[in-house]
Amino acid sequence: MFQPETDIRLTHARGRPVEQLLRGLFFSCAAISVLTTLAVVGVLSIETFHFFQQVPASDFLFGTRWTPLLEPKSYGILPLLFGTTLIVIGAAIVALPVGLASAVYLSEYAGARTRDVVKPILEILAGIPTIVYGFFAITFVTPILRTLIPSTEVFNAASAGIVVGIMVLPMVASLCDDALRAVPNALRDGAYSLGATSFEVTARIVVPASLSGVFAAFVLAISRAIGETMAVTLAAGATPNLTLNPLESIQTMTAYIVQVSLGDTPAGTLSYQTLFAVGAVLFSMTLVLNLIANAIMNRYRDVYE
Amino acid sequence: MKTQAELLKKRHRISAAFRFFCLSVTCFAVAILAILILEVTLLGLPWLNVDFLTSFPSRFPEKAGILAGLAGTLWLVALTAAIAIPVGVLAAVYLEEYAKSGRMTTLITINIANLAGVPSIVYGILGLAIFVRFLGLERSVLAGAMTMSLLILPVIIIAAREAIQAVPSSLRQVAFALGATRWQVTRDHVLPQAVPGILTGVILALSRALGETAPLIMIGALTYIAFVPEGPMDEFTALPIQIYNWTSRPQEAFHELASAGIIVLLLVLLLMNATVVWIRYRGSKNKFL
Repeated sequence: MFQPETDIRLTHARGRPVEQLLRGLFFSCAAISVLTTLAVVGVLSIETFHFFQQVPASDFLFGTRWTPLLEPKSYGILPLLFGTTLIVIGAAIVALPVGLASAVYLSEYAGARTRDVVKPILEILAGIPTIVYGFFAITFVTPILRTLIPSTEVFNAASAGIVVGIMVLPMVASLCDDALRAVPNALRDGAYSLGATSFEVTARIVVPASLSGVFAAFVLAISRAIGETMAVTLAAGATPNLTLNPLESIQTMTAYIVQVSLGDTPAGTLSYQTLFAVGAVLFSMTLVLNLIANAIMNRYRDVYE
Repeated sequence: MKTQAELLKKRHRISAAFRFFCLSVTCFAVAILAILILEVTLLGLPWLNVDFLTSFPSRFPEKAGILAGLAGTLWLVALTAAIAIPVGVLAAVYLEEYAKSGRMTTLITINIANLAGVPSIVYGILGLAIFVRFLGLERSVLAGAMTMSLLILPVIIIAAREAIQAVPSSLRQVAFALGATRWQVTRDHVLPQAVPGILTGVILALSRALGETAPLIMIGALTYIAFVPEGPMDEFTALPIQIYNWTSRPQEAFHELASAGIIVLLLVLLLMNATVVWIRYRGSKNKFL
């Protein structure tokens, strides 16, 4: 029998708790992301704390030898930091100028049809797994380097750095492109009407006006290069080496983490804890860089929007 | 006067040179993609046959195949999808449809943005400490899938939020005006409209999971596996791990095997991306404004 009033009361009586339940469920899904961050910070801090109970922090931060898996053991992270720095420099030399220049081409010169071709290619490059770039470094870049400069070692920082640069290039190009295109056309028109050439407009008006966006893209690229793992593990070697010579074999923080986890390291041992100590340094560095990039980007959004 | 004209000529010459420089640099990026694909194809194509797809890894390159890696990757991606898609989409639903804009929501949003920038190997460390050791899941597919899920959750949430935002709010208002509850509005009106956008983000996120190597090495997936996993608690290996293993050996034959593996990996990725393009194309045809 049709009884509208009871029906409405029933839906409401039943509806409310279900709605509340669903709301709680959805909230817990969203909360997982916060829990993930807390778990990362927690896990890294606890094991790093245990690590620092056995190794003084000053030895770790300022020591110049990293031999946690060999006797005599030594836990100075500087060689790994130098390794990572070399990769970052190599990647920056490749990715920053090339990324910015192709962004300039895409935003200031290219017609709609060229953009439609180049943008998807950049997306494909960005989507290629890092392991493929590692393979590319070993089988293509390293042999070329060794032909050009015979003193290059089989595993070397240069090859890995170049490939990491190629890897972050699409990101730099697309973020710079966004930044350049956010510059209002009125600025360009004003300069052109005063007789400026396209180079002068780009170099003196557009790029300076979008500098914060370009800078944020560079910072993000460096953060990505620091965290890059597979290409570096494959091509740069596993020799913690306090050097700035890119032709030598080195080891980055990420490559060390992989090396430890490849061996069977029991939980609770000091070599297991080094993994977290190095991980904590890596995480803090990328986090700081990402926060800086976000802060810069938020500032430049305020200017033109 | 002559000097003025010369100056102008020089400025235009610089400008033309600059334009040429930008163009050639852009071509450089395109050329790299071409070289990469050409090299992998030339090295790997001769090895790519049915035997390669149906054999287990071996010490002898001519007998080695990718079956264990392929099966492991399928398991991994399927489990990751089963975990990450519901959690990611529902988190996006909460943030877009339920949460009031306040400190908590801002905190979660910033947090998700930061998580998207955390290096994948850090997720590997987390997976090793929490799933493999603390929860005792050992080197199982499940431990791998849970690690991967955490890794791709930010990508899914961000994409799903954008897709949900794109649904016109008039649609919601009509449904609310007719007395629908929030969940009814979301389930019957918002989500169906957002499906193409969500699907695009999900596929892109899963293709990232497909290619990730470092977190899997961290949780111990690099072992000699000569069987196909039969359940979520089995040990496994994955396509990129197998490629890593072959690439890290000095022999040329294994490098060629690695390129054959890369071809398989890239083909799977291409298939997924083609699906995205197809969804976008269909979505653009019957989108109402």
